[in-house]
Amino acid sequence: MKNSFFMKNPSLLVFLGLLALFTLGVTLMSEAYGSGLVSTSFVKTLGKTLCLALVAIAMDLVWGYTGILSLGHFAFFGVGGYMIGMWLMYARTEIIVVNSMASAPIPPTASELSDAIGSQIFGVVGSSDFPAIWMFADSLVLQLFMVVLVPGLVALVFGWLAFRSRVTGVYLSILTQAMTLALSLYLFQNDSGLRGNNGLSGLQNLPGADNIPQSVISIWFLWGSALALALTYIATSFVVSGKFGSVIRGIRDDEARVRFLGYSVEGYKLFVFVLTAIMAAIGGALYYPQAGIINPAEIAPIASIYLAVWVAIGGRGRIYGAVIGAVVVSLVSTWFTGGQAPNINLGFYVVKWVDWWQVLLGLSFVLVTLFAPKGIGGLVDLFTGRLAPSRKGAPLGPDAGSLREEEAEK
Amino acid sequence: MSQLLEVSGISVSFDGFKAINNLSFSIGHAEMRAIIGPNGAGKTTFMDIVTGKTKPDEGSVLWGDLSRNLIGMNEAKIARIGIGRKFQRPTVFEDQSVFDNLMIAVRNDRSPLAVLFFRPKTKDNDKVHELASTIGLSQELMRKSGELSHGQKQWLEIGMLLAQDPKLLLVDEPAAGMTLGEREHTTDILKEAAKTRAVVVIEHDMEFIRRLDCKVTVLHEGSVLAEGALDHVTKNQDVIDVYLGR
Ligand SMILES: Nc1ncnc2c1ncn2[C@@H]1O[C@H](COP(=O)(O)OP(=O)(O)OP(=O)(O)O)[C@@H](O)[C@H]1O
Ligand SMILES: [Mg+2]
Repeated sequence: MKNSFFMKNPSLLVFLGLLALFTLGVTLMSEAYGSGLVSTSFVKTLGKTLCLALVAIAMDLVWGYTGILSLGHFAFFGVGGYMIGMWLMYARTEIIVVNSMASAPIPPTASELSDAIGSQIFGVVGSSDFPAIWMFADSLVLQLFMVVLVPGLVALVFGWLAFRSRVTGVYLSILTQAMTLALSLYLFQNDSGLRGNNGLSGLQNLPGADNIPQSVISIWFLWGSALALALTYIATSFVVSGKFGSVIRGIRDDEARVRFLGYSVEGYKLFVFVLTAIMAAIGGALYYPQAGIINPAEIAPIASIYLAVWVAIGGRGRIYGAVIGAVVVSLVSTWFTGGQAPNINLGFYVVKWVDWWQVLLGLSFVLVTLFAPKGIGGLVDLFTGRLAPSRKGAPLGPDAGSLREEEAEK
Repeated sequence: MSQLLEVSGISVSFDGFKAINNLSFSIGHAEMRAIIGPNGAGKTTFMDIVTGKTKPDEGSVLWGDLSRNLIGMNEAKIARIGIGRKFQRPTVFEDQSVFDNLMIAVRNDRSPLAVLFFRPKTKDNDKVHELASTIGLSQELMRKSGELSHGQKQWLEIGMLLAQDPKLLLVDEPAAGMTLGEREHTTDILKEAAKTRAVVVIEHDMEFIRRLDCKVTVLHEGSVLAEGALDHVTKNQDVIDVYLGR
């Protein structure tokens, strides 16, 4: 049984092995546990990259396997970040406020305490009351439930409305963009209860862990992110390898046929949409404590489009493709936008990569879509022999109805 | 014994054009029926209505001994209560193996959670192999179905229908694009299926219909023009005028 699961997913063991090596290697080169070759800020970058790979897998499951081009999954990622950020901010502010009030002659009442925490957190938006959505922020356990529950419910309601009315294709993509835009505009408002465009900050400081240096915490998060990524990879392999995978790929290729076989296509789409929204949210909940800050700009519609670009460049319809796309594009992007890439002096014009990187990314997306639809992951086929037989364009089968070579290769 | 499917007085129009006009039709529990008629007569639209793809403007479609009305039910539900359908153009999942195509169709719980944790049992595997031998694709089980020939795809789709174990099979132009030998095999499969269930076949090929050896319904401009044995309807002057004579 277990054997056959690994047999069906040959990439799984390779991936888990590489991930373990990577995490161990970074740890042994970190400032906290090793030689110090890798700086703490770069450990954080790598940890965040693992989270991006996680959300890319979710995107691949919903788009590459099920054919729903959702341009809103980064919003779920962001919401996951906000949910964990609320607890981080509340708990840490509480400790600071309690400490500062401890010296007062009369011990503060509960409401005084709450007011003080409130004005600390919401002072920037000119308020001191806790909005109702912060109800559970004092409890880590409840807030962790919210990480899963809030994006899950948003996806459930949105997906139910959209799929039930059989919105598909480009219209669905536009609808998911609209949802993302609405969410980010809402969060930009000062009275959204989530500190408007200031967002939530100081998230890298774990409450009660003031004595533990960031170099150590960054390694914890690296391991946490690696574990979450590994579990996501395993879970996704399980989902796509059996009959469920067969059904969702059927939905991607011919929705009506699946319906006439008696499967409720809407139910399956909703299931995948909600599942991947939750995956994305978990990725976000691990990402933002490493980033230290989350604000509504993170949820901007363009972020979700980038997510689709990563998956396309890495190769959709294969889980490792999504990982490759997210890792390669986000690391290269960090390199270019971080000012490390040397400028190119053309004599009459200096190409500054900070400005030109987006153009390069857009161009690569177009080129990949046109000339290498299998993405970077397609290179793996060169080694594993998943190549189609070369018959110089002749039909593969005996008559006109069969696929031509080019089609069968897909 | 009551009829399996009773369609009465259905009409449907597309932008003012009446594709189906006060059509009534019924079929028994283990009966084979052929539907013929000129292009645009409404044969495919009739199947669309029965399978829930198109909602008729009026009329009723009653199903089974309990006479449940199928109108308003969604496609998946109708498929689950026992109506299987083969499309005019062969539609199989080209990216998946013949085995997976059949396995996805085999009658089992269709809810997402049940499917997620589904592991094929011996009886499921046996069923797939049995179907593959019925449709003559035993050797091709592990091939991608996109690589099959046109005729083989038609068979695979019929196999997927049989896998659902429906009480009524609606088969739209099964012999299109098949060689003579393939057509004969197709007739055998359909006749075998009709021993235990109702089968409705739409076809243009008269030789094919003759081999099916069953009652024939002629559609024209959305309603029934004639009904009866093949020799009977082919002698009907109206049928000759609108269909055969052309
Ligand atoms: N969804 C639709 N919208 C508009 N017109 C339609 C639609 N479906 C069918 N029609 C029209 O209804 C008429 C009947 O079509 P139908 O496909 O049922 O014919 P048919 O008998 O199956 O013909 P053929 O033998 O060519 O398959 C045709 O004129 C067709 O153009
Ligand atoms: Mg037709």
